[in-house]
Amino acid sequence: MNAGTKFAIGAVLIVGSVGYLMASGVKQTGQYFLTPSELSQKIAVDPSFYNVGMKVGARVVPGSVARDVAAQTLRFQVTDGSARYAVVYRGLPPDTFNDSVEVVVEGRLHKDGIIYATNVLAKCGSRYEAVPKA
Amino acid sequence: MTVLGGLCLWLAFLVGVWGALAGFVGGWQGRRDLQHSARHAVLAMCAALFVAVAALEWALFQHDFNVEYVAAYTSRNLPIFYTWSALYAGQKGSLLFWATVLSLFGSLAMLLTARRHRALLPYVAGVVCTVATFFVSVMLFGQANPFHRLAYTPLDGNGLNPQLQNPGMVFHPPMLYLGYISITIPFAFAMAALLSKRLDADWLVAIRKWTLLSWLFLSIGICLGMWWAYVELGWGGYWVWDPVENASLLPWLTMTAFLHSVMIQEKRGMLKKWNLALIIGSWLLSIFGTFITRSGVISSVHSFTQSNVGYFFLFFLIAAATASFAVYASRLPLLEAEARLESMVSREASFLFNNLLFVGIAFSVLWGTLFPILSELVQGTKVTVGPPFFNQVNIPLGLALLGLTGIGPLIAWRRASISNLQRQFAAPVTVGVFTALVLLVGGMRDGYALMAIALGGFVVGTVVQEFARGARARHRQYGEGHVVALGRLLARNRRRYGGYIVHTGIVILFIAFAGMAFKTETEATLRPGESAILKSPYGWTYTFTHLGVSQYDALNRQVTAATLEIARNGKRLGVLTTEKRQHVDGFGRPTFQPSTEVGIRSDLREDLYVVLAGLVNGTEQAVFRFTINPLVWWVWYGGMIVALGGLIVMWPGGGSPALKQTQAGYAVRLVGEGQA
Repeated sequence: MNAGTKFAIGAVLIVGSVGYLMASGVKQTGQYFLTPSELSQKIAVDPSFYNVGMKVGARVVPGSVARDVAAQTLRFQVTDGSARYAVVYRGLPPDTFNDSVEVVVEGRLHKDGIIYATNVLAKCGSRYEAVPKA
Repeated sequence: MTVLGGLCLWLAFLVGVWGALAGFVGGWQGRRDLQHSARHAVLAMCAALFVAVAALEWALFQHDFNVEYVAAYTSRNLPIFYTWSALYAGQKGSLLFWATVLSLFGSLAMLLTARRHRALLPYVAGVVCTVATFFVSVMLFGQANPFHRLAYTPLDGNGLNPQLQNPGMVFHPPMLYLGYISITIPFAFAMAALLSKRLDADWLVAIRKWTLLSWLFLSIGICLGMWWAYVELGWGGYWVWDPVENASLLPWLTMTAFLHSVMIQEKRGMLKKWNLALIIGSWLLSIFGTFITRSGVISSVHSFTQSNVGYFFLFFLIAAATASFAVYASRLPLLEAEARLESMVSREASFLFNNLLFVGIAFSVLWGTLFPILSELVQGTKVTVGPPFFNQVNIPLGLALLGLTGIGPLIAWRRASISNLQRQFAAPVTVGVFTALVLLVGGMRDGYALMAIALGGFVVGTVVQEFARGARARHRQYGEGHVVALGRLLARNRRRYGGYIVHTGIVILFIAFAGMAFKTETEATLRPGESAILKSPYGWTYTFTHLGVSQYDALNRQVTAATLEIARNGKRLGVLTTEKRQHVDGFGRPTFQPSTEVGIRSDLREDLYVVLAGLVNGTEQAVFRFTINPLVWWVWYGGMIVALGGLIVMWPGGGSPALKQTQAGYAVRLVGEGQA
């Protein structure tokens, strides 16, 4: 076997493992990114979607935010104009969170219709027109 | 002044269009006058854009709030330091900054390029003018003119986002931009070499130096960005695989691959096609990065303004990719390899695998970043992948790469013999195995962290061995003292030993990243006098005692500061302050959301990282998050060592062909030069 063939085998191994790692990575860690309406449609069609990790991108309903600082719990509602979900988040919200921002809520929808968030990311609209952070 | 600035933009645009035409046509038809004119066009463009920058800075410092950009990003009470950096705080200013720096780099290329590469310059001028003109035209035609005036004059400006009011932000964006922008120069040289069909070994030298420069800037920019994220954003880490971060990492990966594979081309005349593709790819990735961060097609926590500027970039990206790969394809027959791979156990083969891994990592990062878009296109629903995906894919690949970092320099070119392998590998492998055993006995059980540190030991072993052997050889040959021998070894062979220093920095970074596997965290609500307890991964017990809250006004903000006393195993270490800041405008009205000022206490082993989350109903009872981040300082040290190594490699003189010859054959002359 000449060096070129051996190298080709090595290359195939590397490319194959990169491909395998990517495929399994997507399978194990990929999460649906939904709007509240998409979430309600999905849950209507497929009830097994309860308690599955996902992300919801929506706007916080103004006036819906209730902070319990002592218990470090944040309750608020999110909407995309049609569907609306309540969110419970135990943890510290980001500095940019307030009652009118766009948020990405990462968590699970429980049978009680509440999204229990493990993470809340807030976008700060145009005012965060920052230079790239790397 | 804004009129002058606007005029300068138009001037730069017209000169740029001319320069592009003159450069390409002049190069193609061999017309001296046009070639000359194209080179001068780059200089003229640079001058015009510098005047535009001066005009914008003038407006910023004059607080001319009638100018939209000034009103949007500064205010009367903004510290001077940040008024200056407001130049690149917003999209419009960034575009101006980008075009200006590009024309500056282009001018430097025109002035500094050695005589023997002069034939490439008209094309280089053409490419630089085309790209810079694109950026200027986005400002002029994409409603992104930084000199745009408002119909009224606000009394005060909006001020700068408090998260950008950090010293790191003054240096991080320019560094990153310098890296991003300067990729255009090696790309321009590559296109020039292709267009002029001067595809001998010569063009490679010009490209390599410029690639090193942008690689260095990009490395520093990425490290400063990590530092800023760590001290300013308050989530307790420095890297989350955000699209914006990935965008800066992608060209870094492909450029690093290039800097390795270029050695194979220099030594053996192989991989010409691959190297050119890497350079073109790196540049396209830098434009792609600008596109995804500016267009809002991918949701990032750092959402930039979503504007039609994105479409300009998408169009430019597609056009540039088509044009450059068309030229590339038409020249493929001229890029045949001069040699073949002789053995799997050779330096060439290890570099090829290194390249495959770099490109593999880059591809997976690109894939993960684009996955929301791709999945929506294919199956109609958006699926996102986050840090777990990137870690799961890239930790194994990164470790393999770390292993190759040690293996590559030890294997001979062409074909390694068994005795060569034994001689080279015995000591470093022993170091690696010994490191692993010590860690296992010490109780470390995290597989990836263990591997990272053990491989790190192996790589450091190879570097030390290389330095020791080189210094010993000089000591024997010239009778130099060991320290002098070491210094001269480095000075005479900057590329090789500078590279080893970069490798050492990378090892330190890997070990520091591994440390984050042992991060611990707790949250607590404390009244003054109460304490929280957190166990560090080293087995110590930290006690954080809340001392109280103070509130006061500073220059442009109201500060709420909580002070904590820290004790380790009952022994008092000192106090730490963490703040919540509400920025206000000149009339005392609040602007922006409150921002967090993290309290950090660092030593070489671990960082204590304390965030004040808020006060309970305005009392002194406060909510904190306590984090212990092991080995964070080593990220900054590692970054500095990488930068230092990069500087040594780049330092002019060491790699001149004349000196190389003396090194090869005329050792006596080399000693004589050293004394001169």
